[in-house]
Amino acid sequence: MTDFYPWLLVAVIALVTAGIRFLPFLIFNGQRKTPAIIDKLGRVLPCAIMGMLVVYCLKGTRFDSPSGFLPPLIACLVVGVLHIWKRNTLLSIICGTVCYMALVQLVF
Amino acid sequence: MKQTLRSAFVATIPVMTGYLVLGFGFGIIMKANGFGILMAFAMSLLIYAGSMQYVAVGLLTGGASILTAALTTLMVNARHLFYGISMLDRYRQTGRAKPYLIFALTDETYSLVCQENAHIPPEQKNGYYLFVSLFNHLYWIAGSVMGAVVGSLVRFNSEGIDFALTALFVTVFLEQWLGSRKHTPALIGVGVSVICLLIFGSDRFLIPAMLVIALALCLYREDASHD
Repeated sequence: MTDFYPWLLVAVIALVTAGIRFLPFLIFNGQRKTPAIIDKLGRVLPCAIMGMLVVYCLKGTRFDSPSGFLPPLIACLVVGVLHIWKRNTLLSIICGTVCYMALVQLVF
Repeated sequence: MKQTLRSAFVATIPVMTGYLVLGFGFGIIMKANGFGILMAFAMSLLIYAGSMQYVAVGLLTGGASILTAALTTLMVNARHLFYGISMLDRYRQTGRAKPYLIFALTDETYSLVCQENAHIPPEQKNGYYLFVSLFNHLYWIAGSVMGAVVGSLVRFNSEGIDFALTALFVTVFLEQWLGSRKHTPALIGVGVSVICLLIFGSDRFLIPAMLVIALALCLYREDASHD
């Protein structure tokens, strides 16, 4: 790995990210109406993608010992219960993260 | 102008707290993995995609290939396509600021500009969009630089701080779940991802999962579901 590699990777990620954001404006600019299937995907895809990203974040969970799955499970429950109760995104994130850090550093 | 600035600032206060904390976490993680303040600053300035930047730290430390980085970015940020689609009309007449507005269309910025914003007079709307986008971008950069600076000054055990991202996604997922009557898309997202994770393994499941989810949602009929 060279010194150049991280910058190259950052440039690629930046370009793809910007490309994704610009693409709809390049394709649909001037059109009054977007196709129905794109409209539908625009409504239903965000929910599905968030579910996918939650699974992505938890992909490293191991079930061969309690220390592999209890910290993420407990911390996710803390976030979930707190969020349904208070509906405060920042509070849920901070409490969940502190809980997780305490579990992996001090308990397991 | 002054009034537009103030409306934009007030609207972005919740994002400010969130971006400062999440940006700070990103800066700490960057530093903990051996990257400098300049790198954290450059990523927040040029990539400006919260969740993707957390994922990018893993790509960088894991020595991912250019193709893997590009495809992962495509998968993680694909939802932004749909933000763009729903902002086509509102951003149509934004003039010279338009390229920046499109570049800066993050989840949080989208959540503010996609609203009706009836309290903003029509002639101030473009300025409002610009200030909201700019403020959020600045919060994010400030948070990441502060995190990287603190990370280099103070040595503390940051193991587990990356759970902040998981927590963020769980809260967004719950917000969407509680705010919608139809849960089939969310269940498809989770179910397909878990099945693909079991079949393809943790390093390779994202791309097949994304394809199957997109296909399943194309076939999914909103009016025909009873959940």
